[in-house]
Amino acid sequence: MAKELWKGNEAIAEAAIKAGCKFFFGYPITPQNEIPEYFSKRLPEVSGCFLQAESEIAAINMVYGAAGAGSRVMTSSSSPGISLKQEGITYIACAELPAVIVNMMRGGPGLGNIAPSQADYYQATRGGGNGDYRTVVLAPATIQEATDLVQEAFDIADMYRIPVVVLADGMIGQMMEAIEWRTPKKRELPKKTWATDGTKLQRQHNIVNSLFIDAGDCTVQNQKLAKKYEAIVQNEIKYSITGEEDPEVVFVAYGTMSRVARAACMRLNEQGIKASLFRPITLWPFPTEQLKAEAVKPNVKAVITVELSMGQMVDDVKIAVEGAKKVSFVGTGGGIIPTPQEIEEAAKKILGR
Amino acid sequence: MEKIVYQKSKGLTDAELHYCPGCTHGTIHKLVAESLEELGLVGTTVGIAPVGCSVFAYNYFACDMQEAAHGRAPAVATGIKRTHPELTVFTYQGDGDLAAIGTAEIVHSAMRGEKITTIFVNNAIYGMTGGQMAPTTLVGQKATTAPYGRQQDHYGSPIRMCELLSTIDGTAYAERVTVTDIPNLMKAKRAIKKAFTLQQQGAGFTFVEVLSTCPTNWGMTPLKAIDWLKNNMIPYFPLGVYADRTEEAK
Amino acid sequence: MAARVTFDRDRCKGCELCISVCPKHIVSIDEANTNRKGYHPAHVKDMDQCTGCASCARICPDSIITVYREVK
Repeated sequence: MAKELWKGNEAIAEAAIKAGCKFFFGYPITPQNEIPEYFSKRLPEVSGCFLQAESEIAAINMVYGAAGAGSRVMTSSSSPGISLKQEGITYIACAELPAVIVNMMRGGPGLGNIAPSQADYYQATRGGGNGDYRTVVLAPATIQEATDLVQEAFDIADMYRIPVVVLADGMIGQMMEAIEWRTPKKRELPKKTWATDGTKLQRQHNIVNSLFIDAGDCTVQNQKLAKKYEAIVQNEIKYSITGEEDPEVVFVAYGTMSRVARAACMRLNEQGIKASLFRPITLWPFPTEQLKAEAVKPNVKAVITVELSMGQMVDDVKIAVEGAKKVSFVGTGGGIIPTPQEIEEAAKKILGR
Repeated sequence: MEKIVYQKSKGLTDAELHYCPGCTHGTIHKLVAESLEELGLVGTTVGIAPVGCSVFAYNYFACDMQEAAHGRAPAVATGIKRTHPELTVFTYQGDGDLAAIGTAEIVHSAMRGEKITTIFVNNAIYGMTGGQMAPTTLVGQKATTAPYGRQQDHYGSPIRMCELLSTIDGTAYAERVTVTDIPNLMKAKRAIKKAFTLQQQGAGFTFVEVLSTCPTNWGMTPLKAIDWLKNNMIPYFPLGVYADRTEEAK
Repeated sequence: MAARVTFDRDRCKGCELCISVCPKHIVSIDEANTNRKGYHPAHVKDMDQCTGCASCARICPDSIITVYREVK
């Protein structure tokens, strides 16, 4: 298929429509406004519905209602707006509804700024809302990957009845790249027999609910969720490894930061310092075993996590490496993106060169 | 030959209600269920339960149900109705849920003329959490967080939701009713049925506020609570139609 | 007997709302008995006076009253 030039935010919206998402509920916030704007123009063309809600809280609860009635549905926002959505996300997780939530991360904490950031890693992977729950977190590094992952996100959501977060940043959202439209691998998706779309007097009433007032029932629900999360860990991990096969230094980075880390990796390789880049594509489930296998390669002297934050994913990297190698952190929060040279210099310093 | 002239509505499940003795939630549930049954809508309706005393309403209505986060029922209803316009969608909400934490959701659903029906149960108190002050608690009325009675200079006056929502063009119909006796109960049922009928016809947002008792947290017997409602609530929250923007009314 | 009502006694909470709306004043609390929930349930002693108006049943929050009437 011919390549097309697309802006990240718009490509993500179009990918959702291609995946059969006809419903979007959102609220304006920079730097993701092109997503609701695109949907507002396109959804009427496909007999869908776009609605600008009165708040992020209302928008995520509209998603809850629509998902509970069996529709493919999506919302998007950026960091402070995602904080507001956490109430709805934990309810969606507990009620086991499929939904896709895009977070175009910006600088924080607080109102922060609108520059690219990766400071919502904890929020996305630990569950920013209350209770024991997980969301699948997909972290695209290119517009191509974003369009692929957004489409797959709907299938993963339907397959496991789980909210799926697509975690990117203002850089991915705002830039343009050439892409080709691809369809995700076909999955056998379960029928939505639980949906509240009217009993037609043909069945018992369905109830979409996250209240389990009896402690025993709530425990059973938690165990049920845990079992599902285990299946996702088994089946859905995605990552990529590029660079030298026998590295001295392993960079770990995702999304926008992985693009910069890759450049640093290539610069080091040109100078004879063997480096590889381990890029988690699913941040949850995190590719723990796969990262450890890379880190414990005999010549690895340094594992360096590079993030657009003050260091969040580095915790998962340390958990994965299990103390087998020293794990270092390079990066900063607030929206300043480190250059390949800065990462290269930091790596050399860590290696003692 | 003997015939059944009145029995429990098929719009309700067989579940036993958890409400306190004499709480009129059960009566209001019944009016909603009977209205849906008589209009033939049980199989094509989705209800949304709130947080508060009626949190378990999802167990009691025979139609499909969703349980919403506190105050978010109108947003959840919007999500259902916009994706399934063929369904009848209603929210069932108390005063804390609708008039405090969910004020934005109810006002904006009305503004959009969302084609849903809201049954607003106003008993002037937070029941489930143990009798705390509600936005509709009357001035002077005692609550566990207003032990000296609601003080106007501290908390202002109770909010009148029917009046507030009736100012919004998207509200097709808003009426305040009660269930203290049979004539009022029959009026309440007519209002609920009218709201569902208007929703079927594609009118905008429809709203029925039902003044209700909370014998337990008011600290009185069910019958005394009925009297208290009549003597104290109705004067501040007058019954009647506050908005009717339907063609027949024009 | 023109009409009668039945109570699902074990579901009655003894709230007395039915008593308050009966035009014939024939509904009362059965002080001599306690139901499964521990309440004295409502009952009708003089069923001959029941007109089958269904007022008691309509207001009953727990929907435990069924009303029957003779039809010719």
